[in-house]
Amino acid sequence: MSHSHNSSHQVAEGTIPPPQTKMIWRTFIILLIATCVEFAIAFGLPPEMKYTRIAIFVVLTIFKAFYIVGEFMHLKHEVKSLIWMIIVPTGFIVWLLIALVYEGGHHPKEIF
Amino acid sequence: MSDYAPSANVPDKFTWWGGSEPLKASYGKLMMWFFLLSDTFTFSALLVTYGMIRFSQPAFPGAHADFYFATTHWPIPDKVFEAVPFLHGISLPLVFVGIMTFILIFSSVTMVLAVEAGHRKDKAAVEKWMLWTILGGFTFLGSQAWEWSHFIHGPELAVAAKDAAGKAIEGANLVRNPYGPPAFADLFFFITGFHGTHVFSGVILNVLIFFNASMGVYERRGHYEMVEKVGLYWHFVDLVWVFVFTFFYMV
Repeated sequence: MSHSHNSSHQVAEGTIPPPQTKMIWRTFIILLIATCVEFAIAFGLPPEMKYTRIAIFVVLTIFKAFYIVGEFMHLKHEVKSLIWMIIVPTGFIVWLLIALVYEGGHHPKEIF
Repeated sequence: MSDYAPSANVPDKFTWWGGSEPLKASYGKLMMWFFLLSDTFTFSALLVTYGMIRFSQPAFPGAHADFYFATTHWPIPDKVFEAVPFLHGISLPLVFVGIMTFILIFSSVTMVLAVEAGHRKDKAAVEKWMLWTILGGFTFLGSQAWEWSHFIHGPELAVAAKDAAGKAIEGANLVRNPYGPPAFADLFFFITGFHGTHVFSGVILNVLIFFNASMGVYERRGHYEMVEKVGLYWHFVDLVWVFVFTFFYMV
């Protein structure tokens, strides 16, 4: 998909270049596998391992987000400054999220 | 778009009115990115609310297998969401949510295929993939309607949580629900409802894009950038669901 607009300029008027969808399907397979792994963890790991489970879920979710934003939304192939304009504010939100959840739930015995 | 070379006479979509092209992105695309960033703030607020309320409520003290519904502890998601249409009475925890996730991811794939077809100015392929995307969107909305209806109806009275007077709670609303503390249903309705509203407006945008594409509007315009912009929105909706799926249903 990242190369598709390069080719569109070189092709003569009236003809349609062949589709280039290899990367799209690869991303789809990756997302599918990540979701299946989440299910395997949800039912494979005992519920008593709360923190291990949550850590794996969070990592897999960020992994999936990386592929959706990077490939499907094409952010990976934009200019550096645009990438940072999206990443930096998002990073601050994540910080806020962690801070507020930590502050709001400061009951060591009752977490989950 | 890095290979784009502006020519002197031809007005084009990439040059803004100021005469340059900031960040090598068109105005519409950049504004869509900023809108999505602001939407991220909104969804993060819901996520923070969920995290704080859930942390502040007591968890079920016993083992996973002994879990029962009560208003005094937070329910375990895979005990609440275990029904699948046409398979009444069979416990299939989180299976239906998994199917919904798959539908939304797949409609994201067909959307990106439509964008790719738009780059090649392949009108027929844009129409085809937009139709699949619309179908996926409607299927997801239908699934969510079923999920809501099932949630509102509640489980069998024998397993439902009891109210202060010891009577089983029938049906879920914003005030009380048969699964756990009132906040649980409130958050379910607000988070999945807010996401569902996004999916709904996304489907409407997709229908408009499909209509314009098949009427040849983008062909005459010379580019299919609208497909790309709406595509960004649609992928964002999918992205939000990935987070809702993890934090509401899995954790």
